Amino acid sequence: MSDAAVAFAPNWLVVRIATLGRLGLFFALVSLHVARPWRQWRVTLAQIHFIGTRSLTVIAVAGGFVGMVVALQFYDTLVRFGSVSLLGAAVGLSLIRELAPVLTALIVIGRAGSAMCAEIGIMRSDNQIDALECMAIDPYGYLIAPRFIATLISVPLLTAIFNVVGIAGGWFIGGVIFGISEGSYFAGIADSVLPRDVLMDVVKSCSFSLIIVWICTGKGYLLHLDHRPAFGAEGVSRTTTDAVVASSITVLFADFIISALML
Amino acid sequence: MSTTAETAASHPVALEVRGLSSSFGKLRVLDGIDFSVRQEEIFVIMGESGAGKTTLLRHVLGLAAPDTGEIDLLGSPLHPATRKSLFALRKKMGVAFQHGALINSMSVLDNIELPLRQNTKLDRSTIRIMSRMKLEMMNLGGFEDYMPAQLSGGMLKRAGLARAVVMDPRILFFDEPSAGLDPVTAAELDGLILQLRDALKMTIIVVTHALESAVKIADRIMIIGNGGIRAIGTLEEIRKSPDTYIQSLLERRTLDRDVDGDAYLERLTANLDE
Repeated sequence: MSDAAVAFAPNWLVVRIATLGRLGLFFALVSLHVARPWRQWRVTLAQIHFIGTRSLTVIAVAGGFVGMVVALQFYDTLVRFGSVSLLGAAVGLSLIRELAPVLTALIVIGRAGSAMCAEIGIMRSDNQIDALECMAIDPYGYLIAPRFIATLISVPLLTAIFNVVGIAGGWFIGGVIFGISEGSYFAGIADSVLPRDVLMDVVKSCSFSLIIVWICTGKGYLLHLDHRPAFGAEGVSRTTTDAVVASSITVLFADFIISALML
Repeated sequence: MSTTAETAASHPVALEVRGLSSSFGKLRVLDGIDFSVRQEEIFVIMGESGAGKTTLLRHVLGLAAPDTGEIDLLGSPLHPATRKSLFALRKKMGVAFQHGALINSMSVLDNIELPLRQNTKLDRSTIRIMSRMKLEMMNLGGFEDYMPAQLSGGMLKRAGLARAVVMDPRILFFDEPSAGLDPVTAAELDGLILQLRDALKMTIIVVTHALESAVKIADRIMIIGNGGIRAIGTLEEIRKSPDTYIQSLLERRTLDRDVDGDAYLERLTANLDE
């Protein structure tokens, strides 16, 4: 954008374009490191443990309850039409196509995305990232790329676990509470869930994981370039809130786009 | 000038800065800075708060690009330079940050080992021994497993210094070694800086406010202010400077500053409607 165009453009637009540009450049630089040989495997494993293993409980609990609620809602509707045999299909499709990838992404944003943003933001604020650079350690390779790889591995696996626990939760309501036969519930899922539904689940979870890690690490890493003075506790907390809001909205937007393209 | 400093004067140049200028928006912080530092010299950069010491340091470390100017470090261009050559140069330098800048999530020993693990192919036990040697040198033996949050300000600085010298760099940068420390700890750090130069033959560049520390360790001092170099030379040369600002700094007197009455009033009454 020329200087004249910048002078006439509203400030909020210039700020947004500058932020997008920085995040784009950040993504390009991280991609170069992710594509390189996997040198930081220790850091990556630690991040997989943090993002994946330590999110297991909350994902399992959320998956179980969501599966049960979905089953309750569908049972109440299907029983009016005498179609309770479709409960398995309804629960399976809702979870696999939509609820599991979106809710897993939102949970990971709240639990791990915010922590990643705050940790990297504090590192930026306390000169720890400058210190890494001065030690000839590339922060993109050491700090960011392992988080990208770890998120890309963890989130699809967490989504799969959400699906399994959710389906089990649905079976608990349908089979144990309302007495629908086990065979009918699981056969309904096997018959109705097609490979393209599973593909949609995988595409969504991979896309969401990329969105989460890109926005959350990018916001923290670029904290010092924020258009508002952003150092210190206030700056880190504000940036973390921004990252959570921006990544949540982007995930929901991407969910709509992917659904529209794949359905 | 000390004997070591006289020897240093005959050494090749370790750092050379030519015509360096830097701005924050419309504010010119540094304007046409030229200086050089010889190998095995302890060179102290002084100046009041906001004079541009940290900005100058960031340029010299390659953390920020100046508006104009050239920087050569150990015979290679630091600015302009490619990222690859910058990282190659950084393996020859160590930086001790004001507050240590240790990685919070790692123990003290892991922090010290980090540059060796990332930049060398040494085996684990060699790395451990080298790191513990540096910790012992900084009187931090026994604190290996402590986390940075458990250390005092002085210990953080010493741990940061241990990490900065663990690769035996040829040039060491130290930002505000005495800031926020009691006189005894500050004196200990000054002693460590002298020890590092004498034992490891390092070139050391120190940015500080502390006059006592500068007097004790410096071979040469550079005082910056108003965007430029106000004085540069040995302590004796600096003391002879007729500049009232330099004399105020050395004698710790307050400076009678010229006040622009109109500008002062304008600042007081600015944005009253908001």
